[in-house]
Formats: sequence, structure tokens, C-alpha cells
Amino acid sequence: MKSATFKVWRGDREAGDFQTYEVELEPGYVVLDAIHKIQAEQANDLACRWNCKAGKCGSCSAEINGSPRLMCMTRVEDVAGNGPITVEPMRTFPVIKDLVTDVSWNYEVKASIQKMTPREPDFEDGSWKMHQYDVERPQEFRKCIECFLCQNVCHVLRDHQMHGEFAGPRHFVFAAQAEMNPIDLTDRIPQLREELGIGYCNITKCCTKVCPESITITDNAIIPLKERVVDRSYDPLTKLVRRIFGRSDKG
Amino acid sequence: MSDYPEFEHDVLVIGAGGAGLRAAIEAAAQGVRVGLVCKSLLGKAHTVMAEGGMAAAMGNVDDRDGWRTHFADTMRGGQYLNSWRMAELHAKESPERARELESWGALFDRTPEGRILQRNFGGHKYPRLAHVGDRTGLEMIRTLQDHGIHQGIDVHMEVTVTRLLKDGDRCVGAFGYDREQGRFRVFKAKAVVLSTGGLGRAYLVTSNSWEGTGDGHSLAYHAGAELRDMEFIQFHPTGMIWPPSVRGILVTEGVRGEGGILKNNKGDRFMFRDIPPLYVEQTADTPEEGWRYVTGDREARRPPELLTRDHVARKIVKEVQEGRGSPHGGAFLDIAWIKERIKDSEAHIKKKLPSMYHQFKELAGIDITKEPMEVGPTTHYAMGGVAVDPDTQMSTTVPGLFAAGEVAGGLHGANRLGGNSLSDLVVFGKRAGEHAAKFARDNPQYAISEPEIEAAAGEALAPLERGVSQVGPFQLQFELQTMMQDQVGIARDEGLLTKALDGIRRIRDAVSEVGAGGNRWYNPGWHTALDMKHLLTVSEAIALSARERKESRGAHSRLDHPDKDAKWSTFNMIVRKGPEGGMVIERRDIPPLPQELADIIEEEG
Ligand SMILES: Cc1cc2nc3c(=O)[nH]c(=O)nc-3n(C[C@H](O)[C@H](O)[C@H](O)COP(=O)(O)OP(=O)(O)OC[C@H]3O[C@@H](n4cnc5c(N)ncnc54)[C@H](O)[C@@H]3O)c2cc1C
Ligand code: SF4
Ligand code: SF4
Ligand code: FES
Repeated sequence: MKSATFKVWRGDREAGDFQTYEVELEPGYVVLDAIHKIQAEQANDLACRWNCKAGKCGSCSAEINGSPRLMCMTRVEDVAGNGPITVEPMRTFPVIKDLVTDVSWNYEVKASIQKMTPREPDFEDGSWKMHQYDVERPQEFRKCIECFLCQNVCHVLRDHQMHGEFAGPRHFVFAAQAEMNPIDLTDRIPQLREELGIGYCNITKCCTKVCPESITITDNAIIPLKERVVDRSYDPLTKLVRRIFGRSDKG
Repeated sequence: MSDYPEFEHDVLVIGAGGAGLRAAIEAAAQGVRVGLVCKSLLGKAHTVMAEGGMAAAMGNVDDRDGWRTHFADTMRGGQYLNSWRMAELHAKESPERARELESWGALFDRTPEGRILQRNFGGHKYPRLAHVGDRTGLEMIRTLQDHGIHQGIDVHMEVTVTRLLKDGDRCVGAFGYDREQGRFRVFKAKAVVLSTGGLGRAYLVTSNSWEGTGDGHSLAYHAGAELRDMEFIQFHPTGMIWPPSVRGILVTEGVRGEGGILKNNKGDRFMFRDIPPLYVEQTADTPEEGWRYVTGDREARRPPELLTRDHVARKIVKEVQEGRGSPHGGAFLDIAWIKERIKDSEAHIKKKLPSMYHQFKELAGIDITKEPMEVGPTTHYAMGGVAVDPDTQMSTTVPGLFAAGEVAGGLHGANRLGGNSLSDLVVFGKRAGEHAAKFARDNPQYAISEPEIEAAAGEALAPLERGVSQVGPFQLQFELQTMMQDQVGIARDEGLLTKALDGIRRIRDAVSEVGAGGNRWYNPGWHTALDMKHLLTVSEAIALSARERKESRGAHSRLDHPDKDAKWSTFNMIVRKGPEGGMVIERRDIPPLPQELADIIEEEG
């Protein structure tokens, strides 16, 4: 493959449209390389975000031929079919310019999630005894690079626009890692139910499918959290035990 | 009064990588109002890309380790040009800073006893790097970010600072624009912390992102600060080299820490040849001993792949030059071979090096559990930076201006050991935040100069006002990067460096005419035109310092002066803006090493 045709969405909050660019390819080109080449040679003001170019920072999220992906981890040869390759911004978030969207809402939601309260240290040097098997589960969630692709595809946000009531899969993953942190005492279960709207998730697993870090968002993070929410709400005995002995479902 | 929105903080932190976040957290803890500015979104800074780990002599894996050994290792790695006081503080304080991250939510990999696991890395005598697989930087930045957002810090994301504001000698704020709409902003502050990271983008092949344009180095320089050790640029030996689109992307040293070996196209493990005298005693004699070392045998010595980065990088270049390179001009890095030694090696590699596995699989079509990688040197890290007081991190010449992290100079001397950056960020980030807060409290009165703001605004708007130019900003950037790569790279000499300095002048003239099309909204062409000033400043500082140092030491290697020379071991190169506005260079004597520290170096060998 020597060259490829790209249709890149160009525009701002008011209006926009696809523009067509012909790009000469080098071996191994990823979509982000093509966008950079367009930027350097044909459209200096083409806006996109990127940092690491290695799938580690989660900056370069976009919709490529309609599927949400990281531009830096998408090989051109893997998405080139017969027609042009389309590149457009994530559609769930307001556009700022071209491929850059306003994702600030995600930062606000995260800041609203209850912070950590570490328990007393185990060792004299102020550290804790934790085994690999204690940290393995939350470590999966801590791989999240905050690309927000899962937020972008979740229908509760994308179609129903329930941004006020629903934190979205990224933040359930975040809450899950905090809830499963072996030394943290904060209890986020009531907040998950009442403010973060975990009940609105109907387990479609679309989020899991797009996660570039292969985090099993639905099965490993959301479902266990939902179970805790349910246990807590419908099981008066656990509630009572909790009131008397403190937390029992942590870890 | 200017019409630009003004933001007032006691302490303004510029840069939100590990150093900036840690500084902001500390300043906020001191009870002052803190603003934090960064060019990207929060959590995307370079620190997120760090892979291998954070050095801290906790002694969890080998209890012979301690701050003394870490100190001696850092000094040896830096070829004794380091600020010994910074090396001392760093070695003493990093364990505490690592444990503190845990209390804020970090979950490092564990030892069987339930402590923080530590891994081997080049130049560290004992397993010392706290890590999470090969995504330690992500763990660090996310921990600091998630803790920081609850500390009442005002965050200004996607804002680029273009100039520091002064009141006399003192730094009292900064001027910048928001990337989103190109609106100007004025930040007023009683103290400013620079934590802007590195400058790898001055070179063509680099592991750094677009952000690494040396802004902080240049902002400080233009504000009157001294820069030190700028000749020392770390070329990391293992960057990806094929396909072209991934050239420069880092392959963590952790691969070698886990047993990865380097081979040339003859299948020869060339690192066993030419071991530097300083390290002969500590290096394995046989592959067998090397393997025992990486698998935790306390009696074994480290394999030569884990020698310091400057040495490994030069050795790879030599293999290539002598015709023994890999097909695309590098060396083979092989971790798959460990299948001869351990069962389940595939699962082991995927567990220990998950993002390397992913990176090669997706971007190069290579399965590292089965085949070797092709690697070669990539521009990685700036040892040099703003000259600071080792205890407070305040600039030696600009009161109220602090620097921490990669933008600060001193800790690493002529060569940084892997893992010593992440620890540097939190040790000196904390110190900078603490002392900046104190300075702010002690010095409440200051004034902002209107003409300076107008000048900064004029300078920032100029490329847009000129409109599209014959030669565009990206072309000029490419021209500079190519020149730096060829003339100020791994192998330097007087002629090349002089040529580069001429080239820098020529490109600077061209930049004064470069324009950008489009409007002020999120316009990379415009932003790149503005970054050129910083790239040129740091390029000049590197080339000038490199020409002045007529010896080869650490990361700086001169073809015309191939040997290390004791008479160059007693001073650092300092550059600053001279009275005429041009860059001047000076040799500054290293302060005498206290007996106690000298003894440690002696004992640790
Ligand atoms: C791929 C890779 C792997 C690495 N692995 C390791 C490792 O395993 N161990 C280790 O110890 N080190 C490692 N390093 C080195 C280490 O990651 C960096 O040196 C370190 O993260 C730098 O941190 P910092 O806080 O100084 O700056 P950065 O993390 O680079 O952050 C700089 C900040 O400054 C901001 N900024 C810059 N200019 C401006 C401006 N003009 N206006 C406003 N804001 C600005 C940026 O937006 C950013 O927020 C690695 C580096 C790379 C590139
Ligand atoms: S599983 Fe839940 S969170 Fe994920 S996309 Fe479906 S509804 Fe959204
Ligand atoms: S959970 Fe996965 S898809 Fe969602 S933000 Fe994190 S990395 Fe991206
Ligand atoms: S640029 Fe970092 S994930 Fe794509």
C-alpha cells in the first residue's frame, strides 16, 4: 500500500464536515502518523491530541471508520478497505475543534468520587503488608489510561445523555479499584448507588469491547460493584452486622 | 491593567508530571493557594510513559541495600559530576516518598513477604526499582493526580506558558495561552515552580512526546537562570527502530532487568566485550552468572546488558558501524530465550512486561515471547537543567523560581541511572513545593509589569499575524531536529558542533519570519511556531556546552577527544544569558565532597 485516502472531520462547535486528504504511507504507519503527516504538510491547523504514541496515555481517542479506537495503536493497513478511511472525534463529548473534544466532564465526575482513607500501617516504617494476590484485582483497573473510549460508547451517555446521573464505565472502574484497595477504608457503595448511578448500567458490555487496555470492565468491575450495592440494599442482616462491626464487604 | 484574565496564586506550578503534581500537593499541604498549569490534559504528561520503575533503597529484596549504596551508585553513574548533596538527599528520601505513594493508593507489585517488590536495573548494585509491571509511570502519575484533585489545587489544563514574569530579579508569575481557544492568561504568583520535563523533541529520534520541547529550560534561561550540564543528553540504548513509524519509542530497560540479552547479527553477545574499568569488578564473567543475577542470586554479579545506558548505547552503535547490526541498523534484544531456563516463559514475560508485549505485537507485528526485538538508541532524557540550590530547589540566580524533576539539573551528573528519575520527581518535587510555599509566605509583596505582559502578548501573536509563510513551522522543526540528530548526537566533534551552532543561528533567523495559518483555536501550526524559540534555546545550550567539554564522559562522547580526562572532572558547564543577550558559558568548580560522603564512595567501590 503506497498511499491512502483519509476523510478527516474538520470543524468546531458550530459546524463541520469531512475533508479529504491523500497521504503517502510508510511501512507500519498508524492512523496518528497519517494525521501528523496531514498536519505537517497539508493542514498545519488540524487539531488532534496525542502524547505517547504507544497506547499509554489515552490522549488520541477518535472514531476510525466509525469505531472508537486509539489513533496511535491503529495500523492503517488494518483499517484500509476499498473506500477512504474516516477519522472523526469521539461523538459523546462536545467538539472543541477537529478531532479534539471537551472531556472535562470526566474530570469533574472523578473529583466527586470519595477519596481514599488508608487504614493504620502494618509496619514501623509506615507501610502495609499486601500480597500479590491482594493487589492483583485492583491492579487490573489501575491499567486504565483514561482514554474515555468506554464513556464514548456507553449508550447511557451517548444516546440517553444522562451525564448528570450516571458516572460511566471509566468511573466504575475507578471506584472498583478504590473499593478493592486492600488498605482503603472509605465506603463508596452508597455513593455508587445514589450519585454515580451504577443501577443504570444494563450490562451491555460495549465498554469492555472497546477498552484498549483490555480491562474486563463489566465482568470484573461493574458486576461486583452492583452485587455489593444490591447486597447492601436488600439484606437487612448485612446492614445490621455492618452497623455493629463496621465494614464486611471490602476487599 | 491588561485585558487578559488574571489568576492569582501563592505558588504557581508549571507542569503536571510527577514533579509538578508532587510539588503542588506539598505546597497545598503547607496551606498556601496553589495553581497548576499543564500543556496537556491532567495525567497525560511524560511521567505516564515511564515503564521500568522508581529507584528507592528500601532493601525489600536484598537487605544489603541502603541509601549509602544508592548514593554511591548514582555518583558513579553520573561520573562524579553530580551535585553530591542532591544525590545524598535523593538516596535518603526516596524510600519514604515511595511508601507515601502507597498511602495515596498506589499498588506496586509485591514480594512474597507482602512488601513492595524491587527489580534490577542498569547501574544499581541491588534490586532497587519499585514497579508495577512495566507501567510504573502510569501508577505514579495516577496516584498523584487522584490524590491531588482533593487538595484544593486550581488546575489549568491545556495551557501553555510562554514567558515568566519578573519583578526585578525575582520571578512573580507567568504568561501563557490556552490551547483550546488561544486566549491569553496572566498568572500572578509569589513563587513559581518549574516542572516542565525534558527536551527530547530537539532530536529526530526520541522517546519523548510533543511536550518535550525544553520549555522550562528555556523559560528559566530567558528569565536569567543558569543552566548546568546541558551537554549530557541520555540516548537510551533500546528504542524501537522498525517499522519507521515507531522509531524512537522506548523499550524499557526492564526487559534486560528480567533477563533480556543483546546480540548482534552473528548471534554474538557483544556486551561481554569492552567492560568499562569502573565496572569490571561488578560485572558477570559468564552468561551463566548473569542469569543467576537476574534471577536473584545474591552472590552473582550483573550481566553486561545492565551496564549504564551511555555505555550500552555506544556499544550498539559500534556493532552497527562495524557491520554487525540487525537488518534495520540496531541490535537484537532477546527475552524469548529465557524459555530455555524457565517453564511458562510466555506467561512470565506477559506478566512482567505487558505493555512491551502489547507494543511490539500491535505496532511491529512481533511476539516478544517468541522472537527477538530490534532496538537502537533513542534520545531520552536531559541530565542538564536549571541550576538550583540542592536543598530548596530554588534557582541559583532567580529568587522565587524553583525547579524540580527533569527540568532541574544536578542529581544525575553526566549520566542518569534508570529509575532515578521517578524517584527524583517525588523527592525534589516535594522539596520544591515546600520551599516555594515558604518563600511565598516570607515574600508577600510583589508587582507585575504591564509592559512585560504586552511584550509577551506581542511575541505570542506574531506568527499568526504573519500568516502562512513560505517555510512552515513543522518544516523548521524538522530541520532543527535532523541537524541536532546528525551533529549533536551520540558521537560529537568540534567541527560538527560548530556547524550546528551556525545552523541554530540560521534557523533562528528563519523562525523570526515563520508564520502560521488558521485562527487562534487549537492550532498546532501556531503552537509549533512558538515552541521553536524553546527548542532553539536548548539546542544552543546543548551544542555550546558539548563543544566546551573536550573529553568523553558519561553520555557525552567526543570523537576528537575519545577519553575521559581527570582534569575535566572538577567542574560543571554553566550557560546563561549574557549582558548582550547572547548565550555565555562558564566552567563552575564542583564544591568539595564532604569526607563522610567521600568515604561512602570509597567503601562502596
Ligand atoms: C518512555 C519513557 C519511559 C521512561 N521510563 C522511566 C523509568 O522507568 N524510570 C524512571 O525513573 N524514569 C523514566 N523515564 C523518565 C521519566 O519518565 C521522566 O524524566 C519524568 O517523567 C519527567 O517528569 P517531570 O515531572 O519532570 O515532567 P513531565 O512528566 O515530562 O511533565 C512535564 C509537564 O510540564 C508541562 N509543561 C511543559 N512545558 C510547559 C509549558 N510551556 N507550559 C505549561 N506546561 C508545560 C507538561 O504539560 C507536563 O504536564 C522515562 C521516560 C520516557 C519518555
Ligand atoms: S456495560 Fe454498562 S457501563 Fe458498559 S457500556 Fe453497557 S451500559 Fe454502559
Ligand atoms: S477503562 Fe479502558 S476504555 Fe475506559 S477509559 Fe480506561 S482504558 Fe479507556
Ligand atoms: S498518543 Fe498516547 S495513547 Fe495514543
